[in-house]
Amino acid sequence: MKVHRRLVLKGMLALSAIAAWPRLLLAARPDSAFSASDADKAIADLFGQTPLDSEQVKMKIPDIAENGAVVPVTVSTDLENVESISIVVVNNPTPLAAVFLLTPRSIPSVSVRIKMGQTSQVRALVNAGGNLYSTSKDVKVTIGGCGG
Amino acid sequence: MGKPIKIRAKVKGDISEVKALMPHDMESGLRRDAETNELIPAHYITELVAEHNGEIVMTAYWGPAVSRNPYVSFSFTGGVAGDTIKIHWEDNQGDSSTTEAVLK
Repeated sequence: MKVHRRLVLKGMLALSAIAAWPRLLLAARPDSAFSASDADKAIADLFGQTPLDSEQVKMKIPDIAENGAVVPVTVSTDLENVESISIVVVNNPTPLAAVFLLTPRSIPSVSVRIKMGQTSQVRALVNAGGNLYSTSKDVKVTIGGCGG
Repeated sequence: MGKPIKIRAKVKGDISEVKALMPHDMESGLRRDAETNELIPAHYITELVAEHNGEIVMTAYWGPAVSRNPYVSFSFTGGVAGDTIKIHWEDNQGDSSTTEAVLK
């Protein structure tokens, strides 16, 4: 009886996890994650899980950004079933910069230009098949881009 | 009303690549006016939706850390030349802009 109850509970938890997370993202802009001032908090808020480092997540970004106001970033992956790609600038006042929601027809590669207030680690996160993968790179900024 | 979006959409084989440039200040809310020293209110695009023939192929949520006059590129499968690409954005002050382009 005990085992049975545990199994049922486990099943319910798994189901709610599957049902909860994509809806969380698809419904609307995740405002609380965007206003979080801590990168880990923003990621936890957005995904409810800790990313695993993966070589399958690729990020193209300069090692040194001469102008922090315009830093080109391309994130791509060869992972399958990619649901979203996100970019986090750890040392920015609000680290979450962008979330791209993809579809089954998407090629999992996006490019955008971001602002960096100062030298920082930049993290790219890929949500694929319900799991969260990431890669990180340190980017040196010689002129900050957030003003102040 | 926001300014029109510049869109370049090209199909190569089965892959359509869209590049878009949208004029927007993308004020972070952290900058001060050089003369008055007052904070310039935050004004940035929060949401961007791209459609191919009426079907959403990409949605982006942005914070103020996306650069001024944002550039974005993305790709999808299943498009053919002549199809319609539509991009729409909304910002935190209630402005929006929608532009359509033809996939070439």
